Parts: sequence; structure tokens; C-alpha cells
Amino acid sequence: MDRPATGFELQVDNSRNLVTLLLQGDWVSAAVVPDFRTLQAQLNGAGAGTICLNCDQLGEWNTLLMSFLLKCASYCSEREIELDTSALPDNARRLLSIATSVPTHRRQQVANKAWWERLRSPTQALQGIIDDLRQSLAFFGDICIALGALITGKANTRFSDFRNFCYQSGPDAFAIISLTSILVGMILGYLGAVQLQQFGAGIYVADLVTIGLLREMGPLMTAIVMAGRTGAAYAAQLGTMQASEEIDAVRTLGVSPIEFLVIPRMLALILTMPLLTIYANLLGIVGGGIVAGGMGISLLQYANQANAAVDIAHIGIGLLKSVIFAVLIAIAGCRAGMQSGRNSAGVGKAATEAVVTALVYLIVADAAINILFQHLDI
Amino acid sequence: MSTDRREVHIEVSDLTMAFGSTVIQRDLNFSVYRGDIFVIMGGSGCGKSTMLKHMLGLLEPAKGEIRYAGSSFTSATATERNVMRRGWGITYQSGGLFSAMTLEQNVSLPLQLYTDFSAAQIKDVVRYKLSLVGLGGFESYYPSEISGGMNKRAALARAIALDPQILFFDEPSAGLDPISSQLLDDLILQLKESIGATVVMVTHELPSIFAIANNSVYLDASTRTMIGYGNPQELREHSEQAVVRQFLTRSAAAGETPGNV
Repeated sequence: MDRPATGFELQVDNSRNLVTLLLQGDWVSAAVVPDFRTLQAQLNGAGAGTICLNCDQLGEWNTLLMSFLLKCASYCSEREIELDTSALPDNARRLLSIATSVPTHRRQQVANKAWWERLRSPTQALQGIIDDLRQSLAFFGDICIALGALITGKANTRFSDFRNFCYQSGPDAFAIISLTSILVGMILGYLGAVQLQQFGAGIYVADLVTIGLLREMGPLMTAIVMAGRTGAAYAAQLGTMQASEEIDAVRTLGVSPIEFLVIPRMLALILTMPLLTIYANLLGIVGGGIVAGGMGISLLQYANQANAAVDIAHIGIGLLKSVIFAVLIAIAGCRAGMQSGRNSAGVGKAATEAVVTALVYLIVADAAINILFQHLDI
Repeated sequence: MSTDRREVHIEVSDLTMAFGSTVIQRDLNFSVYRGDIFVIMGGSGCGKSTMLKHMLGLLEPAKGEIRYAGSSFTSATATERNVMRRGWGITYQSGGLFSAMTLEQNVSLPLQLYTDFSAAQIKDVVRYKLSLVGLGGFESYYPSEISGGMNKRAALARAIALDPQILFFDEPSAGLDPISSQLLDDLILQLKESIGATVVMVTHELPSIFAIANNSVYLDASTRTMIGYGNPQELREHSEQAVVRQFLTRSAAAGETPGNV
């Protein structure tokens, strides 16, 4: 026997205000299952009071039939048409009754605004920036209070946490810091070599590399690497803790999350960053030496010249910068983490925000410090 | 019971689960028949969820084999496993919905990956699946915007998106109030009967176990093997193991009594 093609047929009985919907064929393949809109158009024309399903010629069926029927059912309930489903196969009828048992939820419609209405006015934008700054300052204030508590010995900061974070942000970072600092030293060396050799002043590559690293590139490159490495890790850790309600648990234990979570991380960075910077400086100078060697400057000459260029002020400024950078990276990372949303997307956003904010802070702070010391003539 | 006349859907034979040298459970032998609601039960830490992860292929057995409809899952290649997995619907303990996607995107993802439905058809099917779990109209919500119980139901909608033959549940009613959890049980039962799927469920909620399960296995934490297999109601009355009876009647010291290993 030939199976009828997939589809439906409407039989209108005007005398009884009844429409029979004849379902035909197999309703399993997406390509041939009809669209409800074609039925809707016919039903609109028929204007029936009752729709009766007839499944005598229905073959195999799956979800596609059910979603078609659900549309049909909601069409009927909207127009107060009675839908007689008694002819449906047993489990199809049961599924349809489960699907229609809970009325469809209607989301409160927010009026769609045009894009120019959705733009924030300049005052709102300014307000947003001010709010953000205020929150940052409040976070910084909380940290100062927690540090005060730490000094007076009242803080709930655990030394073992501090030790772990020191390890994570110190020895664990050696490999990447080694690589970047040698390369930065070499880059500085090449940069100077090309220019200085034109004047026969090739030996001053040593000065350029040494002073450049100690004052500027050493602390800054270390900070940038640590912002990407440790700042993002802090944001992700705290964000995940936020998502799994661990920070709530800390709070309800009567412990300040700043003292318990932020302070050990920040202190660890404050301790390890200057040390890493010193290490990066040494390796960077070695990197510059490699380039100088390639230019025909002997190692002894280079070492002598570099030694003469080292000044306690350069070292001091570099270390001061690295401490300030450490604080900024910790604040950016921890703040992003503490304010993260409570799901995986929120944690990702927090990590991004931590790195972006930290980089902005770093560059701005570096410029400000340079201008300050320029005017102070140090 | 007429279980032996029915078709075996999932067969676990001689299975040993271990992390390194730590054995979690050993010598597991049981079958899940087509159309069963099968419960893996046991006290905390006995390896229920680990068992489920082995069945799903998220962990590899130390020994033994798991077969689905006669063909070995354990020795299947990654591609073959993915083909088998296409007939499964899985909900995880905390839902496992993608938090960066709306409910509609969550449910439509498997449809987009594995069917040739048009965009409009997918939209209709998603509406239908969400309606089945009582979430019609919630398409544009993110998982974080709805309650925990609704999250579980939405995860169920995603699990049944492809009309699976097997539904796996990891602690479906964990963290739900008694009424929501009963509603979820009813829903699972109704859907299972209408779709005709086999259900495998990890749970230690006694009301759920007695309400819907018709076959079960009890994994014991101290002897590290299964000590009960069969209909939970029969196990409660007639199990030879005191621990199983205690667990199922919720009396004291369940799971701690026999031979502390």
C-alpha cells in the first residue's frame, strides 16, 4: 500500500462548525514537514469552533510533529477554539498535554529603544566614570583599613596563604620572566646599537641598556608579565570563589574578605615583584651584553661601562616603581574578582577586566612617576 | 520479575573503577533493561557519580566493560563513542547549562549540531521542549536569571532535545525543595513513558527512589563493591544485606556497619 505524502488536509464541516485536521504520512524528516503558517492561513479562513484531529493516515512521527501540534494548540487556545486530540497516538497526546499544562510565561516587554536613545548622555557617562573611580577608591580604602588591622595584629590574614601566594607569584614566574627580560635587554641593545654606532659611540649601548632597564623597562616589563599572569589568576580565583559562594561564606564567618583574601595576595606581590625586577634587570643586562658582544665590544668593556652607569638612584626608582606596580596589579586583579558575576561568563569578564585595568594603571602610573622624577631632577 | 525476558540496554560487566592505585569500586556486574528507570544509589563517597562518569566515558575503567545495546563502549573509538552519545541525554548535578547562553540557545545547540532542521523549525522545537518542562516563554532568559529548580528543568529540556534513548541524571533533585523535587520526578516519569527512553539516575533521595525507580544497584563504600541489585522496594524488604535495608528505611548507622575496611 502506498503511504500518503507527509502533510495535512483540512475538511471543513460548516454545519457543525467543525474542522477535521487530517494528518498524513511520516512526520520525521525536517525537509518535508509542513510549516504551521500554511495551516494557520487555512484555519483563519475556515473560522471553526472545534478542530478535530484525525490520525488514521499518520505514519511515523517525532518531535517535529509535536512542535507542530504545540503551535496548533497554542493557536487554538488564543482564539478559544476547542482542540480535540483524542485521535492522537497515546504518548503523543500525553506529551502534548504535558507541554500545554503550564501556561506560557510572558516576559515583561521592555520597550525597544532606538540606538540613539540607548546611548548614555554625557552626564550619565561621566557619572559612570565617577562611580567607578569612587568604587576603586573605596576598595583602596578597605585595603588600607585592613592593612591597619594587620599592623595592629587584629587582621584575619593567614601566613600560610601569604607563603603560597609568594610561591605562585615568585619562583613559578621565573621561567617567563627570564625569557622576557633577556629578550628585552637584547632589544634595547639593538635599538641603541643601530643609532649609537653611527656616531662611533657603540660603547654607550651599555649605558642605554643598564639605565633603561633599571629605571624603566625592568619594572615595567615585569609588571606587564605579572599583570597577565598573576593579576588575571587573582581575578579568576576570586571570581570563582564568588561564583561558588565562598566569599559569602568568608563574610558570614565574620571575617573581612579583604583581610582574608586580598591582603595576602597583595603582600605576596609586593614582596616578589621587586625581587623579580632585580632578577629581570640582571638578566636584561646580560641580554644587552650578548648584543654588545656581537658588535665587537668585549665583555670586560661592556661590564665596566655598565658598572659605571649604575647609580643608586636608578635602582631605587626602579624598585619603588615595582612596589607601586605590585599594589596596582593586586588591586586591579582582586577588585575585578571580588566584583565578578556569579557564573562562568562573569569570571571570564573579571579576568579580562583585571588585565585591562592593570595595564591602564601601569602605564599611567609609570608616566606619572617619570614626570615627577623629571621635575625633581633625580 | 520478568526482567530476564526484556531486552538488555546497558550492560556493565566485571567493572573495576580506580584512581591510580585507589580502588573506588570493584567487580560490578549489572544490566539496565530497556525502558527501566535505573537508580545508582549508595552512601556519600561510595562512587555513585564516579560510576556515572564511567558510563558516560568521562572516566576510563581500570578493568571490565560497559556495553550499550550489545556494542562495547569501553573499546569503542572516540568517533564511535560520539555516535553512541548522540542517543543520550545527560543532566549534570548543577545543571550544566551554558551560562553565557540563553535557554533557547542552550536547547537549540544540540539541534543545530546534529539535525538538519531549519532555523524556524529549531525555534519551534525549542519552544516545544521548554514547554514540556514547564518553561515555555522563558526562551530569552539566561540561566542566572531563573531559579535552581528551573535550571534543572531547563537542563532536562536540553537533554531531551534530540529525543534520546537513554537519559542520565546526576542527582536530579539535589538542592530542590520536596515539592519541586517531586514535580521533577513526575516529569521524568511522564517524559520517560512518552518518549520511551531508558533512565539511569544517581541519587540518594529515598522518596525519588521509591516513587519512580524499578531497578537499582547499591554501591557500598566500605566493601567497595555492589551489595544490592534489584527493585528498590524489594531490596528494602528482602535484601540480605543489613546496610541496604538500613539505607532504604533510613535507619541509623546506614553505610557504616559491616567490616570497616
